[in-house]
Amino acid sequence: MRSTSWIVGLIILTLVSAAASAQVTSDRLLSASKEPQNWLTYSGDYTGQRFSALDQINAGNAATLVPKWAYQTMAGGKFETTPLVVDGILYATGQDDRAFALDARTGRPIWQYQRNLPDDIRPCCGRVNRGLAMLGDRLFMGTLDAHVVALDAKTGNVLWDTSAVDYTKGYSFTLAPLVIKNLVLLGVSGGEYGIRGFIEAYDPTTGERKWRFYTVPAAGEPGNDSWEGDSWRIGGSPAWITGTYDPETNTTYWTTGNPSPSNRGIGRAGDNLYSNSLLALDPDTGKLKWYFQFTRHDEHDYDATQIPVMVNEGGRKLILQANRNGYFYVIDRTDGKLLHADSYAKVSWSKEKDSKGLPIPAKDASPTPDGNRVCPGAAGATNWMSPTYDPQTKLFYVTAREQCDLFSTAPQPYDAGHAYYGSAYFPNEDAEPFYGALRALDPETGKVKWEWKHPSPTWSGVLSTAGGLVFSGDAEGNFIALDAASGRALWHFQCGASVYSAPMTYAINGKQYVAVAAGSTLFTFGLP
Amino acid sequence: MRFLFLAVFSLAGFLAFLLPPQCARAQAKNPYAGDANIAKLGEYEFRANCAFCHGLGARGGGRGPDLTRTPKKHGDSDQEIFTVISNGVPGTAMPPNGATQQGVGMTEAEIWQIITYIRSVEHKPVDMTGDSLRGRQLFFGNAACSTCHMFKGQGGRLGPDLTATGTARSLDYLTESIRNPSRRLAQGLGEAMKEFTEEYETVNIVTADGTKLQGTLLNEDSFTIQFVDTREQVHSLEKASLKSWEKSRVSLMPVYDQKTLPDRDLEDILTFLVNRLRAPGGAR
Repeated sequence: MRSTSWIVGLIILTLVSAAASAQVTSDRLLSASKEPQNWLTYSGDYTGQRFSALDQINAGNAATLVPKWAYQTMAGGKFETTPLVVDGILYATGQDDRAFALDARTGRPIWQYQRNLPDDIRPCCGRVNRGLAMLGDRLFMGTLDAHVVALDAKTGNVLWDTSAVDYTKGYSFTLAPLVIKNLVLLGVSGGEYGIRGFIEAYDPTTGERKWRFYTVPAAGEPGNDSWEGDSWRIGGSPAWITGTYDPETNTTYWTTGNPSPSNRGIGRAGDNLYSNSLLALDPDTGKLKWYFQFTRHDEHDYDATQIPVMVNEGGRKLILQANRNGYFYVIDRTDGKLLHADSYAKVSWSKEKDSKGLPIPAKDASPTPDGNRVCPGAAGATNWMSPTYDPQTKLFYVTAREQCDLFSTAPQPYDAGHAYYGSAYFPNEDAEPFYGALRALDPETGKVKWEWKHPSPTWSGVLSTAGGLVFSGDAEGNFIALDAASGRALWHFQCGASVYSAPMTYAINGKQYVAVAAGSTLFTFGLP
Repeated sequence: MRFLFLAVFSLAGFLAFLLPPQCARAQAKNPYAGDANIAKLGEYEFRANCAFCHGLGARGGGRGPDLTRTPKKHGDSDQEIFTVISNGVPGTAMPPNGATQQGVGMTEAEIWQIITYIRSVEHKPVDMTGDSLRGRQLFFGNAACSTCHMFKGQGGRLGPDLTATGTARSLDYLTESIRNPSRRLAQGLGEAMKEFTEEYETVNIVTADGTKLQGTLLNEDSFTIQFVDTREQVHSLEKASLKSWEKSRVSLMPVYDQKTLPDRDLEDILTFLVNRLRAPGGAR
């Protein structure tokens, strides 16, 4: 409330200047948090905090929220997008590599694009796409057939279309790209296929690839000795969630997924670098500055593909990550040093930490022929869904899952483009009830401050706002506003399908909106 | 008339558009039939793709039927099983191949490997030794199963419909469900995009005016609860409006021990449930 007039003043000021330019410059991206009426990049700004300074919708009036409009893609499957909003226009993606531009005030379409995907694409987990990046009047999208496409923001026309890699080998793009200065960065998906993962950058004007960093080092490169024999060639380690960027040190932070095969360590003895790691890269060259590996020699599909959230606290520059393996890591982002790691969900894969405080895998946690019960289960204590950090409460909010699985061996030969898990997992036969929870973690202590328990696990991300609110969705179809300090639910709306996306917020003409995708529909809400 | 014709015509066109594409056009015969090495590959494929619902060893899990049983509800020939795996079973939790949203679709060869594996663990049709007719009398009579369970449209609504359970579940599972009903609760409603189905949990409610209700859960979210009470009334209530609500994993179904249901009676009821396809007399 206290900063409402300041924010409204800022919005009016920015609207005037935005109308003149109506383009996303790299300078605007650097100070994205100073124009909270817009949502210029996947996580809102480069920090990955998914926090908005908008406070018109707040703990005092959230109970009165009403739907403002809905846009239907009419596509099936999971709708995972986070829209961008730039100067009154909303840009988003949908299932099957759709993209569309809408009037963000009315939801009326301005253009629509759908990629003509080949029949033999290799998506891992649905025909999903998580969103766009923007620079100038261009939008950038990674596709399920492993192309990078630039769309004209005014028409949706394809400006360039570059094939990144052979999709029939199991490669695809599902993430929203990240624009840094004059480059478009993406990481590849395909951890279920025995790919060799990479992060790469494109020229936004020509579509020419400027650099590629392989997340599995080749023979002769540092780290290659963490792989047995030639296993590095099909070592996986995809990077399928958007990174963050610290302009002060010119460092971009990316996280990687499982080594391949995901649930079988036999044949790839070693730590398997840089799987399940946090990578600090130079965005201009793709050169690795340092790495931090969360889970060494993973056999449980504990992808580290959770947004590496940048927070400055106590004079330190930090990365916060609640990892799929059940630990909440606080890391110094200047050098990759672990400050502390605390479990925020039930964990049995690790029983001890090394001298630096890093949880290390227990010997008896490997998959077995008859099934070994390990926590977290294969879906993880969390997954790719965005968490949020609220600088007002100084709490980190994450979607958690309490589920253990039986991990059973199922060796498979490597066959390019075919599923390559090496193991299977399924819930305990005794049908232990699983549940999910939105948990508020204190980065200082690693403790859970409060939780909102979901009847079943959800794949929804979380948004926090200066209005003292956190927004998230559940598997039962509710979109919920909670009090950020107490975790009390203040409002909810039944969307009619499980939420598989992260909410975002924006404002037009001084009116704040909150948007979330669920089912085949993008919903927006506002005050009456 | 012309308008009506057009309307019907366009409706037909629209329906054709909605129909799922024919994915299962493979050969009708399993090219690997009887090959033990292929069956082993199929076992690994099964673990990776099917065991999540159908359990280790294909013996059935929480929501997936026991596939070691014959005859199978949705067809017993290789071609029929191939079609079920490829296209799924509409209206059930069985998804089309590649559409689970978790993991990767299987190739035709991999589906045949799985069928080869299922054949290798399949039992011969169970030769039930009980008296099916007497089982039916017990089901609808003294054992009072039909108070809460339907069979072919007759019976109660508090527990799951048992018309097809005899072909879907193993005898061990059926016996356990009768002797120890709370050990594993039956699965209920599954929503399209939700990972987990509801279970037949017991619900105890006290409404704002002090009315006490007991029943089985139909569905639930954070804010509402849907259940059928012991008088078969369906309720959908706001949790916030209730004096209290609780769920319990102790089933409302009574424990049928040796005293209540001697082994011979159990055998007759199981024979009635299992034989309903092969002995039409048993399910008159």
